[in-house]
Amino acid sequence: MEGLVCVPVLLPLLAAGVKLAIGGRLRRLQSAISLVALGISVAVSALLLAAADTRGPLVTELGGWPAPIGICLVADRLSTLVLLVSSAVTFCVMVYSVANAYAEQEHDAPMAIFHPAFLVMVAGVADAFLSGDLFNLFVAFELLLSGSYVLLTFGGTEPRIRAGATYTLMALASSMLFLIALAITYAATGTLSLAQLAQRFAGLPLHVQFLVELTLLLAFAIKAAIFPVSAWLPDSYPTAPAPATAVFAGLLTKVGVYSIIRLEALLFPRGPVATLLMWVALATMLAGVLGAVAQTDLKRMLSFTLVSHIGYMVFGVALSTVAGMSGAIFYMLHHITVQTSLFLVTGLIERRTGTTSVSRLGGLMTSTPLLAVLFFVPAMNLSGIPPMSGFLGKVLLVEAGLADGRPLPAVLVAAGLVTSLLTLYAIAKTWGKAFWRGPRAVRAGTVVESEEDTGEEPTVTTTLLPLALTASVGALVVLGLAFTVLAGPLSALTHRAAAELWAREPYVTAVLGGAP
Amino acid sequence: MTVTLLPYAACFAMVATGVTLLLERSLVRALTGVITLGNGVNLLIITAGGDPGGPPYVGTPGIADPLPQAMVLTAIVITLGVTAYLLALVHRSWQLSGSDEVQDDTEDRRVRLRARRGELSDAVRARQDDYRRLLAEQRAELARMEAEQAERQRLREVDLERRIFRVHTELEQWMREGRRQGLSEEELLRRLEDAGLREDVAPAEGVPVDNLRRLEELREQYERGREEQAARERALRRRLKARQREARKEMRAAIREERERQALARDPELEGED
Repeated sequence: MEGLVCVPVLLPLLAAGVKLAIGGRLRRLQSAISLVALGISVAVSALLLAAADTRGPLVTELGGWPAPIGICLVADRLSTLVLLVSSAVTFCVMVYSVANAYAEQEHDAPMAIFHPAFLVMVAGVADAFLSGDLFNLFVAFELLLSGSYVLLTFGGTEPRIRAGATYTLMALASSMLFLIALAITYAATGTLSLAQLAQRFAGLPLHVQFLVELTLLLAFAIKAAIFPVSAWLPDSYPTAPAPATAVFAGLLTKVGVYSIIRLEALLFPRGPVATLLMWVALATMLAGVLGAVAQTDLKRMLSFTLVSHIGYMVFGVALSTVAGMSGAIFYMLHHITVQTSLFLVTGLIERRTGTTSVSRLGGLMTSTPLLAVLFFVPAMNLSGIPPMSGFLGKVLLVEAGLADGRPLPAVLVAAGLVTSLLTLYAIAKTWGKAFWRGPRAVRAGTVVESEEDTGEEPTVTTTLLPLALTASVGALVVLGLAFTVLAGPLSALTHRAAAELWAREPYVTAVLGGAP
Repeated sequence: MTVTLLPYAACFAMVATGVTLLLERSLVRALTGVITLGNGVNLLIITAGGDPGGPPYVGTPGIADPLPQAMVLTAIVITLGVTAYLLALVHRSWQLSGSDEVQDDTEDRRVRLRARRGELSDAVRARQDDYRRLLAEQRAELARMEAEQAERQRLREVDLERRIFRVHTELEQWMREGRRQGLSEEELLRRLEDAGLREDVAPAEGVPVDNLRRLEELREQYERGREEQAARERALRRRLKARQREARKEMRAAIREERERQALARDPELEGED
């Protein structure tokens, strides 16, 4: 079972390598390789989750070096849970992009570049979730970022190059910050293994602890798009191709949040930085949602809600209680699926009508009722309409915040409710314009991206939506709804994961083998 | 372990240089910034590894710490890859737009354009208001002048009427006196005609004998006055009209100019987005 831990990382990397070797030939084999690799990842993640939940954290020592010396991969409840949801989501997105490639009769070149970059990014995400070593976490970040650079600038059009430049420089700045934090950590403690750091940080002088924690926090906050350093996200995400944006929105920011959870729970438990995190969460929620209300483009609006809802997770982490952490994890899982499916549906809308600008859309309710349903369900889920998982996640966070008893969490609970309302307002505004008002239908056959833009075949709107495309999006929407149906066992599981996180003992003993 | 200041000073200088370059708009400068920053941070990691020692064999005393070196190697490889990617990005940007400057993001441009458009339409509106005010002023002036003219006319007419009335009463008085003296109607008429035809006025008789003539004169004077007045009025109107036309033309030119500037400021890429 321990040997399986490295599969979600190695398999996509291997598949990417094979696909690069195949090149532009054998399209059926290409898509089969991608789908099989990601499908196996889903199955392995599910197995790992079951094992980690019953037997405690699983550890794989890479290269056979024992833990404090070598690098290890650790699969505990939190990481396997996030891994399972993220691999399921990436599988659906892969189905979407394969179906898209077939529907568009694309040349071989996009698939030969898109799929390897996508798989490398997926491997990076899995590595980040499983990493038991701070330097390996850095490598995982670089892995997923290098994949995302290629996906973001895919096709090399002018807006994508511009967005890619800011995105790359921003990501590089954060990576350098991370490296500086690594240097300080290594100089102060002589190790970068997370388990050993958990033991050694407590013995350090307070100002050194603060320095390391704040530097790491800033590096992760840039990745997670938390308010003062979130401006890059709504600028760069909307220009990317739809499947890429969907995965970025679903996973990349969550990797940042996951790292913050690890940092706050394992390395600096219940430190004074939690208060700072609360303020930051407050600012993130409100600034993000106010930005969303002002937008007229679907993708930009969704990007701003993405920033805003990161605030909920940071709030849950900042509460420093088992209930708060459990709420944050639940919300994170819910948000991965919902945000991804919303961006994919937006991709379908763009495919159908040729635009995502709300001022040019209209009458989608009558022209494509299926799309309307696919948009409506996750949108209502995102804004937290009662029976859905978005509501349940918020309830968990609100309960945890009120149980805390201090005034600041109560303020945050109020801010969270306001944010939820404003999200509903932003969504309702878009819904009313794009779906309900009179049709502004673009006729089928309109050229969306002409040949000069992409240097490839022109993208053309169609009235037909291929079955596989809608099926993959539908599967994601159903996955989002499954969180509602399975909310009881799932919240129990997140509660156990949160308890394991705050206990810290299981993780450290599993890695270091009980040695002090 | 002893701490030497020099490596840290070098790290600081390189990181500071790198950050400064990273903030540049040109991608090539940002790229050099990334390289400098990356090297500075790598140096920091090596320095964090402690004193240099012997080669790292197990069991040898006084060995160098191999871990930071391994980390730095990894970091160097990653920086190399990213540098290659950034170079490709620079090349593509240069191919597409002929420069490697990173443009402002769409939101910024949109906000700036909206502000500029607001300013321009405010300016146009202010100009239009000015023009309207000018027109209203000119109309009021014209109306005032016409009213004055009409008043003067009325006064003159009243004066003329009074004088004609006086002439009539004098004539009647004279005829009444003639009748009292017992003159016959024929005689009276004859004398009246004589008086009307007489060249010079005899003040002793107290009767303006050339009354008809005087009436004629007065009437002529009146007509002349009216014509003069009308001519003056016409000229005045013409002048006012010309002034208004001039102002309107000027205004239109200004508005057109503003509109053109506005159209230039409008980016076709952002059309219809807000």
